[in-house]
This record gives sequence, C-alpha cells and structure tokens, in this order.
Amino acid sequence: MNPSSPRKAFHVFRLINVAGPFFGLILVLGLFSLNSEVRPYLYTGGNFKIILTQTVIVAVGALGMTMIIVSGGIDLSVGSAVALTSVLGATLLVKGCSTSATVVLTVLAGGLIGLVNGLVIAGFRMPPFIVTLGMMGVLRGSAKWLAGNQTVNIPSSAPLNHLMALVSPTQLFPLPPGVWIAIGLAVVVSVLMRQTVFGRYIFAIGSNEATARLCGIRVPLQKVLIYALAGLLVGLAGLMQLSRLTQGDPTVAIGLELDIIAAVVIGGASLNGGTGSILGSMTGALIMAVLRNGSNQMGWQNFTQEIIIGIVIIIAVGLDQFRQSRLRT
Amino acid sequence: MFDQLMNAATFTVPRLRMSGVRKSFGATRALKNVSFEVAPGEVHVLIGENGAGKSTLMKILSGAHRPDAGAVELEGKPFVPANPLHARRSGVAMIYQELTLAPHLSVEENILLGEEPARFGWLNRSRRRELARQALAELHHQNIPLDATVNSRSIAEQQIVEIARALIGQTKVVIMDEPTSSLTQADTENLFAIIGRLRQRGVSIIYISHFLEECQRIADRFTVLRDGESVATGDMAKADLPQIIQWMVGRPIGEIYPRFPHHRGKPVLEWRALAGRSKPQAASLTLHEGEILGIAGLVGAGRTESLRACFGLECIRSGVVLVRSSEATHRRPGQRLAGGVGLLSENRKAEGLMLNRSLADNLTLTRYGPLSRFGFIQNSRQRQATREWMDRLDVRAQDPGQSVSELSGGNQQKVALGRLLHHQASVFLLDEPTRGIDVGSKAQIYKLMGQLAAQGKAIIFVSSYLPELLGVCDTIGVMCRGVLSEVRLADQWTEHRIMAAAIGQASPAAA
Repeated sequence: MNPSSPRKAFHVFRLINVAGPFFGLILVLGLFSLNSEVRPYLYTGGNFKIILTQTVIVAVGALGMTMIIVSGGIDLSVGSAVALTSVLGATLLVKGCSTSATVVLTVLAGGLIGLVNGLVIAGFRMPPFIVTLGMMGVLRGSAKWLAGNQTVNIPSSAPLNHLMALVSPTQLFPLPPGVWIAIGLAVVVSVLMRQTVFGRYIFAIGSNEATARLCGIRVPLQKVLIYALAGLLVGLAGLMQLSRLTQGDPTVAIGLELDIIAAVVIGGASLNGGTGSILGSMTGALIMAVLRNGSNQMGWQNFTQEIIIGIVIIIAVGLDQFRQSRLRT
Repeated sequence: MFDQLMNAATFTVPRLRMSGVRKSFGATRALKNVSFEVAPGEVHVLIGENGAGKSTLMKILSGAHRPDAGAVELEGKPFVPANPLHARRSGVAMIYQELTLAPHLSVEENILLGEEPARFGWLNRSRRRELARQALAELHHQNIPLDATVNSRSIAEQQIVEIARALIGQTKVVIMDEPTSSLTQADTENLFAIIGRLRQRGVSIIYISHFLEECQRIADRFTVLRDGESVATGDMAKADLPQIIQWMVGRPIGEIYPRFPHHRGKPVLEWRALAGRSKPQAASLTLHEGEILGIAGLVGAGRTESLRACFGLECIRSGVVLVRSSEATHRRPGQRLAGGVGLLSENRKAEGLMLNRSLADNLTLTRYGPLSRFGFIQNSRQRQATREWMDRLDVRAQDPGQSVSELSGGNQQKVALGRLLHHQASVFLLDEPTRGIDVGSKAQIYKLMGQLAAQGKAIIFVSSYLPELLGVCDTIGVMCRGVLSEVRLADQWTEHRIMAAAIGQASPAAA
C-alpha cells in the first residue's frame, strides 16, 4: 500500500473543508452571469460596492455570532439588539451628544446587552436559545419604548452618516468606511479565534464542554466574555444600521438574527458547536448578499428571493453533512 | 430435543459464514480479508486489537455498511442486509457496547421497539406485554418490572432488556460487542448464564471482548483479527493465551507489565478523610514521588468520585487535600493543573476528548505557552509538538490535524494521556486508563506509567482489572462503598484479598 495516499486524500479533504464556501460564492456568481442581460451590470465596481455595503451589517453581526455558535451557543436577540442600539445612537445624537461619545456609548450598550445574555446563560445554566429568545422580546420592546413608538431622525449632516454612504456610486473605490471597518474587524476576530488561547478555548467549549472543564478552562467566565464581546460587535452593527437609514427605527432588523445565523452556517459552522471559521462566515454573508443582489437584477420578486435563499441554506448544510459523513470512517 | 435434531440436520451448513470480506473507507482499508464460520448454537469470539476491524465487521452484519467484496451467507443463503431493520428481520441481532435503549420509555416499550405488535397501526398492548414478558422469562429475569422506565434501572438490567429485545422474532445470531465492559463480577456471571441459555436454544453468538480470560470461559471457537484480516481461527479449548496474544499483535509480547527501577521520594499528594457529596465517605492516602498507587474496587464504589473531588470537578464536603505538604483542599481544575496535577477521565468520549477537534488541539489544550510567540499560537509549533508526542507515544494517525474521532480507542487514549504529558504534570490521576483498549496499547500504557514513575512522577491508578493493578502498582488500596482501605504494598495483596475487600468481606481500615 502506498503510504502517502491516505495522507494526500486527507489534505484534499481539508482543502475542500476550507474552500467549500468559496466554491459556493463562485458558483452563485457564475450562475447569475449565465444571463447575458444581467452579466454586464453584475460585474461592475459600482455593483460590488453595493453588495459589500449591503453585506456589512450581517457580516459584523456574524463575527460575534461565529464565536457564539462555535462555543455551542446561539443568539436570537441580535435583530432586536441592533434596533435598540440604533435607536439609542439616534437618541443620543438628537440629545446633543458628540459623534465620538455616541459611538462609544452605543457600542458599550451593545456589549452590556451581550453581558446580560452571557451572565444569565452561564450563571443560571440556562439554554442560550431560550434566554436570547426572551431577550429578543425584551430588547425589541425597549427599543419601541425608548423611541416612543416612532422613528428617531438624525440630521442628514451628521458625520455618522458617512459610515455607510456610497460616494461616487459607479466605481468600486472609495468603499464606505463601514466596509473597511468590517474587513478589519474580520481579520482581528479571525486571528483572535485561531491564534489566541481565548479563541482556542471557544472551540474547546463548543466541541466538548466537559473536556474544557477537565482541562481547567473556566467555562462560565469564558461564556460571559464571548457573549459580551459579540454584544460589542452588535452595538457596532446597530450604528451601521443607523447610518444606513439616517434614522433610528425600532422596527428595523426584524429577522436579522436569522440572516446572520444562516451566513455562519453556510460558512461551515456546526450548530452543535466546535467548528466554524470567520472566513467561512464572511463568505456566507457575501453569498447571501450576492443572491439578493442578483435576484433583484434578474427582476425576481421578493418572495422568489426568499425561497431561493431558504433552499441555499438547506443545500449548504446538506453538503456539509455529506462531507462530514464522508470524512468519518 | 427438537433443537438437537435441528442442529444435526443443519450441521453441514454453518449458521453464518463470511469469506474474503473486504471494505474500504476512502483510502483506509478497514477490512482486507475476513473469513470465518459460526455453527448453530456456537459461541464464537472475535478477538483483536482496537482498529483491527471488529466494529466494521459488525456494521456489515447489522446492515450499516456494505462489503466491497467477499461473501456473507446466513444459513447458506447470501446475506447482505440493506439496513439494521432488515438484518434484524433476517434474524441477526446486535447488542452494542453502548446500550441503545430509549431511556424515557418503559422496559416493555423498549423490548418491542420497532417490532410492536399492531394491526393497521393500532398497538396491541396486551400482546406486546405478553411478548415482553416471554422474552424476559426466557432470560430468567421476570423480576424486571415491565412498566419501569429504562433509565431507572441499573446498567446490568438495561443490558438484559437489550438482550430481551434481541430475542424478539426468529433470532438466529446474536452479536455482542464488549458486553461485560461496564458490568460488575456478579452481573458478568449472570450474563454468562444467559449466554448459556441462548446457546441451548440453538442461537449462535458472536462475542467480542478484550478480556481473554472471559473468552476462554464461554467460547467454543475463536477468530483473531489483525489489521482487517482474520489471521487465526480454532477451538478455544485447545488454544493458549500467549499464542492468541501473539496473533493479535503480530509480535510476541515479552513482558506485559514491565518494571522500571524507581524509588519513593517525598509525599506529593495527601488525602485526609476526603469526603464528597455522597461518595467518597472517607478516603485517606499519601502519594509519593515515584510511586504508582492503585485503587481497586467495584464500579460505583466511589473511586471516580474521589479523583474528581480531588481534582476540583466535584465538591469536597469535608476532609483535607495536601499538595506537596501544603494544604490545598478546595481548588478549581485550572488551579490543580497549574499545580502539576492532571486527571485522565474514565470516559474518553464524553469527557476526555474533543472528538471533532484535531489531535493537535486535543494534545495541547492545557498548555499553549511554549507554542506561542507574543501571545499568538504558532500553528507550526503546535503541529511540531504534536508530531513529537505522536512519535513518542506511538499514536497511529495520519496527521496532527486529523480529527480524533477517526482514531481507534487505544490511540485516542494515548492522545488523552499525551495531553497530561504535554502539560508536564507531575501527579497523574488516571481513571481506568486501559478500559476498552487493545492489548498492544495497554502494554504501552503500562510501560509509560513505569517510565513516569522512574522519572519521579506520582500516579494514582484506578482500575477494575485486578491483574493490571497487581502487575503495575507499588501500593494498592481498595475502595468499598465510599471508604478507602489502608493503602498497602502491592505484594501484600492477592486478587482474592482485593476482591474480598471490594465486596466488604475484609474489615476495612477506616470506617
């Protein structure tokens, strides 16, 4: 028997493992370009700028969600948290806070929400699904209460609006600052998850909590930190939402958490915990944005998009299961 | 009488025959060439190291996998079950090592699960009750209440329920995978009696076990598997154990319990009347540098709980723990690890390892310091360190990045032990380190323990297998109902004395 053959096969499997979501992205782009009317517009710099800008909020949310899902948890309160933080940011601006103070306070508010999630989940050993489902209602209600059941408009001249503004819309560059922030954060969180002890512990807890405890990891503390950190990112996503609409809307981002979870899962993470990557989740977020964008240009109705995205999620996870079962002997 | 007639009539046709069976998964050749025959009413043991292909073979017989080549015949007719239900309907039933009962359902519901007597989907409850009662009666275990939920019964009783389930329908072959691994001595005897009854009924039994002594007692014939091939087959009565071991590992095992010269140093770990929530009641011992201290006892005596309480995974109700002669009773696992105390879990799959993570992640989880630069873990260093441990511990795997779920039990255990070595622990709490692993890996683990002791490390070795305790340990204590006996030199114990102490016959030192 050739001793190198199993090893080679092993590396091929690993490559597919890492590159899987990329193939998905290329496939989706390729499929849309089959249509000769869509093709010339789809591949313009301006269109990619739109796609990237549309991806940003889901992508920033997916950074935190990846940490949470890899640790074996879930967060259903993200959409409501984005609405609440965007209303909070708008209210602060309207009340006369400086831009920098608003940014800091809003991001910290997001962190506080995550901290509460983490404390309840770790402190009372409650299932994250239930805790964050409850928080989804609490936060949505709070957002409506804070906004007085209406939108909070901020002045169109507010510097915060530049975060997501599309300058020179026919070219790829300059990209809105929000896109660069998302890319930078993706690199930071990716390094955090792959190369630091904190990050390795996230994988350990998600893979087997009992092992993590056996190996001296302080699981509750670690969980609180994960949810708090993810919360900070959600606060930032709330600011981006505010910038995109130039208003704080308490009814915005309904179902956003499901888009984010879908992006993470398409990117190869398992809801059982222990596997997943930032690169995968970002690709997953892009796949969803490209699907939306392409469907719009095909002139497909909203319901068609929803059906297609639903099917893509099922196919992506189905392929993943298939791959996993092939890997196992 | 009828059975005998049937046996005579079908004597020339084996109940089950496998010839030249092969099976590959990707590049891994799990079975290369397996052939053996089982006669009606025969107990046939399959012996082999973990990874020799026994589980793949079982999966083929149960319909979970299809063979790539070769023939399987059941009573002379080709037998390639499409799925487990098909296999069972054909008369081949499996009893897995990890029981596969539905814990919240009743004994009766479990026995008939999947085979419920029904008409047009309507359950015939009285018929079901009758069938369940018959099945238990056949095993002489009518004492198990049919309405009790399965998770309220002991492991041994659950196993009987599982066997009863296998008897529903026209069962011709029962396959048992390591059935005694979680049973006490008395329950094991009981199981052997049941096997005897099944054999009298003409049921063929394929029995998989690592305990060779056990195989010798109950088997008619044996087949040895090694690296996916059947290398020897014969009558158990004529076989001798050293020869079988040599077939299993492909090489003679010189000294299974190697002794390395080592001497006792300073005390490193002391328990003074350690007591947990319910177990242990009172455990006192002093562990020295260079000492291997064995704790014997029955399953459930409180040995595991003692180790876990000492390590900080369970609460300590009273008593004192001293590490290197200074008081350190209540500590978290992380603090114990920082003090050089490491625990090997008895349950590799549920606690010991992150099954879907790589070897490298599993080996290095507790100590990233030497693998990092400026606080960032260097993948290359992690892989290199893992490779070194793989070589030193003879872990057979393709790559440090391979997931540990793909390894055999013996190799997994070496990875779990390797984590403590990588951590540079000086006190090892080993809970059943050789459970469910092959003879070759066992010998390597004994050798490793000897080497560690020679380096001045201290080891507490919890085991239910008396020969290995007597072979490896310097000192031994016996735990009975939460109370640890006086720890004495190993040569003052015999298997008989340990057993007597474990079942509470000898007067325990402390009470």
